[in-house]
Amino acid sequence: MNFRPTIVAFLCNWCAYTGADLAGTSRLHYAPNVRIIRIMCSGRIEPTFILKAFKEGADGILICGCHPGDCHYQEGNYKCLRRFKLLEKFVSQMGIEKERLKLEWISASEGKQFAELVNEMTKTILQLGPGKVKKTLEFEHLKTK
Amino acid sequence: MSQEPTKPKLKLAIYWGAACGGCCVSVLDTHEKLLDIVAAADLVFWPIAMDIKYKDVENMPDKSIDLTLFNGAVRNSENKHMAQVLRQKSKILVAYGSCAYMGGIPGLANFFSKNDIFKRAYEETESTFNPEKTYPVTSTSVKEGTLEIPVMFNDVFPLDQIVDVDYYIPGCPPQSERLIEVFSAIVTGIGLPPAGSVVGANDKTNCDECKRKKSDKKQVRKFYRPWEIQDDKETCFIEQGVICMGPATRSGCGVRCVEGNSPCRGCYGPPPGATDPGAKMMAAIGTMINSNDPDEIDNIIETIVDPAGLFYRFSLPGSILGRKVI
Repeated sequence: MNFRPTIVAFLCNWCAYTGADLAGTSRLHYAPNVRIIRIMCSGRIEPTFILKAFKEGADGILICGCHPGDCHYQEGNYKCLRRFKLLEKFVSQMGIEKERLKLEWISASEGKQFAELVNEMTKTILQLGPGKVKKTLEFEHLKTK
Repeated sequence: MSQEPTKPKLKLAIYWGAACGGCCVSVLDTHEKLLDIVAAADLVFWPIAMDIKYKDVENMPDKSIDLTLFNGAVRNSENKHMAQVLRQKSKILVAYGSCAYMGGIPGLANFFSKNDIFKRAYEETESTFNPEKTYPVTSTSVKEGTLEIPVMFNDVFPLDQIVDVDYYIPGCPPQSERLIEVFSAIVTGIGLPPAGSVVGANDKTNCDECKRKKSDKKQVRKFYRPWEIQDDKETCFIEQGVICMGPATRSGCGVRCVEGNSPCRGCYGPPPGATDPGAKMMAAIGTMINSNDPDEIDNIIETIVDPAGLFYRFSLPGSILGRKVI
């Protein structure tokens, strides 16, 4: 069976989502594997979101926010960066490849860069193969609901 | 005591799964109050203190035990079997203590697989001499017949993943005073929250009840392990750079560890509204690091030696990921 990765992308409303929108309105072709979730700021991302997405079967997770210094809320993207760095260390401890989690800065004018980013990430995940979290959690002893 | 001979005494059972025995001791730690418990309830099953066989429990009528305190995680087929039996025989089943609630210390085994653990224990430890690589088996034939021991599972489970649980009492071990509160609520039927609630604890975080001095400037440039720093005994641990699980831990213990000048380790589990204490802790720590430079942030995070083990010390099996991915 052909493996088609599912990548969950959390995009901030002000830069990254607008950038992805620009990719669309510019009619750029890029990999259809990304499922975009719009959030107000990358600083809104809680580690719970990321872990839950992995648990539900995401093969990769992409977080995009404004470039450093450009955050609509002054420093939400820096908060995101710090959480991301910690989360990156945590997920590799949990046996999830670091490459499955990516943070990039995309401005509202960078539609092309967004398309390239998605293509590149899809390629990485294709090489890594399907994520193993969901399968790991299919325990045999659980109560039946 | 008023004489009410018509009112039958409650039937109380206490059982341990994968546990250290500390939870059973916390019941004994009620001291003279234990006599009140025994006055209100008959202990029908308590392996640490009474000689009653599993078969006797299996023969009890369904729902004949009023209250069962189940401590310890579910680690093997014996734990699972008794969890199922006690669920069937009990009106109220309480996950008692961190292990039954979220997996607890035995839950740290979920960072490994059963094979890893067996290999380490039966081949690799410095004190092991096992040239024939003999591993335990669950069934052995001897001339008197076949001997069976329980099967160890690959994973550790909190109680509610195996059977339905009515209440959770967190803590490693739960504070004995809180047990008495819960027990009297069950005896009188007054003040008992809806099934599925965490009882014997409060609805805030430990930071809300902590008396240490806190300021708004949580600006950490380096994290220390508790022995690496001279604690000033009055400033918030996190402000001093020592990781304290207070922000991600439910209050109710009386902040006893911090009162004893040791950072909170998170045994009371996540506060209301949070499902995953480690994720909540990562969110909190992320905002406290004082740097905007990626490389510098890396260096600061490098000083947190084992984030997964530290943030999920008592809660790995009950967390979102539940175990290391294999």
